[in-house]
Amino acid sequence: MKVEDLYQEIILDHYRAKHHSGLREPYDAEVYHVNPTCGDEVRLRVQLVGDTVADVSYEAMGCSISQASTSVMTDLVIGHDVAYDLDLYEEFLVMMQSKGQIEPDEERLEDGVAFAGVAKFPARVKCALIGWSAFRDAVMRAQSASS
Amino acid sequence: MSINGRPEYPTTTDLSDVAVGTLALAEEPIAFDVDAIRADFPILERTVDGGPLIYLDSANSSQKPRVVVEAVEDHYLNHNANVARAMHMLGAEATEAFEGARAQLAKFISANRPEEVVFTKNASEALNLCAYTLGASLRPGDEIVISVMEHHSNIVPWQLLAQRSGAVLRWFDVTDEGRLDLDKAAADGLLNERTKIISVAYVSNVLGTVNPISEIAALGHALGATVVVDASQAVPQLAVNMATLGADLVAFTGHKMVGPTGIGVLWGRYELLAQMPPFLGGGEMIEVVTMEGSTYAPPPHRFEAGTPPIAQAVGLSAAAQYLTAIGMDQITAHERDITAYALEGLRSLPGLTLLGPAEPVDRGGAVSFTLTTSDGQPIHPHDVSHLLDSRGIAVRAGHHCARPLHERFGVQSSTRASFYLYTTRAEIDALVDGVDYTISFFGGLR
Repeated sequence: MKVEDLYQEIILDHYRAKHHSGLREPYDAEVYHVNPTCGDEVRLRVQLVGDTVADVSYEAMGCSISQASTSVMTDLVIGHDVAYDLDLYEEFLVMMQSKGQIEPDEERLEDGVAFAGVAKFPARVKCALIGWSAFRDAVMRAQSASS
Repeated sequence: MSINGRPEYPTTTDLSDVAVGTLALAEEPIAFDVDAIRADFPILERTVDGGPLIYLDSANSSQKPRVVVEAVEDHYLNHNANVARAMHMLGAEATEAFEGARAQLAKFISANRPEEVVFTKNASEALNLCAYTLGASLRPGDEIVISVMEHHSNIVPWQLLAQRSGAVLRWFDVTDEGRLDLDKAAADGLLNERTKIISVAYVSNVLGTVNPISEIAALGHALGATVVVDASQAVPQLAVNMATLGADLVAFTGHKMVGPTGIGVLWGRYELLAQMPPFLGGGEMIEVVTMEGSTYAPPPHRFEAGTPPIAQAVGLSAAAQYLTAIGMDQITAHERDITAYALEGLRSLPGLTLLGPAEPVDRGGAVSFTLTTSDGQPIHPHDVSHLLDSRGIAVRAGHHCARPLHERFGVQSSTRASFYLYTTRAEIDALVDGVDYTISFFGGLR
């Protein structure tokens, strides 16, 4: 597979103009995740209203894959039920760990399917997951704080 | 034949039989021939998608000539046994090979005697050895001085020592050009009567800067401080003379100087080593052990607990002989030529910002840079290295184990290309083309 296929236009578009970027109030939990091998980092906030993810805001630095993946993730999770979003996280995780063997569900993952190619590059899988992992962590914390 | 002028010992590969071309046998210096040298490194024949492999990550780990691999193989296949304790023929051969390697390394770095060469597993262990043993005499309020351009392996051991001892850790800043800021250090009184240890890199692994070690050592010695040097990036590319350098302890590693992984060296002034307490305890480092207490072997064995990296020492010895046969001065000259050529090519690219000296003066063969697209968007080094890798070009991306230095320059990470005796101008051309393409690609101009 050529590297140009890895860097699909969708990924570069999200990288150049990240959706939902910036830290916002109010929020229920804030987490900070870092990948020490390459220096990718993300500070991410989640606001829950009932069982709905009302907002995800973040400040992040890192490679195009990590930035674009975080941007796509916010598009997919904001406004949905926590349970739905955590399912989506699992689905994205499975796709990223599939070494490119899984045909992703475009109905559900939308722009996220662009990362299927990233799964063929083991060194980059972590990049695509950092934002998602931070989101899941923040949701867990927000839930345990409210219960 | 004996390359090093020492009596032949039966335990190392006879270099006259192996493929180093005519280089190893030349009595007179011969013209530096990069193509002949490349023929000694089989890995450089590998291809990536039909194109040549372009290995520009030698500051991370160098490639190995056939002669080094064959020396290790010959040792394992024909002379293998434990050292210093096996009283049979193979034990004697292995011991002679190991101690012969020590003598070879001592000669390579112009040490006064072989006993000044301690084998460790890498440069990090050598630096930890220094921090641990020198630290035994530190008191709260004493000062340890390092620099902001250090590799983490010359930062963290001293941080740990400061925590243990109550000593204060201070550091040299760098100028915006990437040189140690000695003027600022003087103005701030960085070095003073409380300074007990100074530990700095000889050559920066990120900036390429060659630091004035002799000058720093003189300043340190005037204050009674012990001067430690991380020469991991220096020994591979400069003729380092321990007898005249002025330092007290010098660490370097085998795998960056065409030797095997798993072996490093701590050189120390013998009188100092003799005063230093042991580091790790175990076999080989003792004199007499009783249940009540033990006495310790003299240097270097005091610092070599347990079975040492024997085959690796044999390989490192072959590496030192290989570099010597080519000529360290010629290697230095080649490195300077290639670095100058790379700086010139990379500087011509709009959107590229160099970290470190832009001129090839007092500068080693590592060039680090950051990139932005034509509309000013930064391109992350991880993306740069991935794109270059797809063109067969191996560089390093990240903070190169020097995060504080990157912070000093206000960047999170950088891309680094590093060169060695086998690097060609054509490879530099490919790098410059690849970086140019990367800038266009992420700028949406593909």
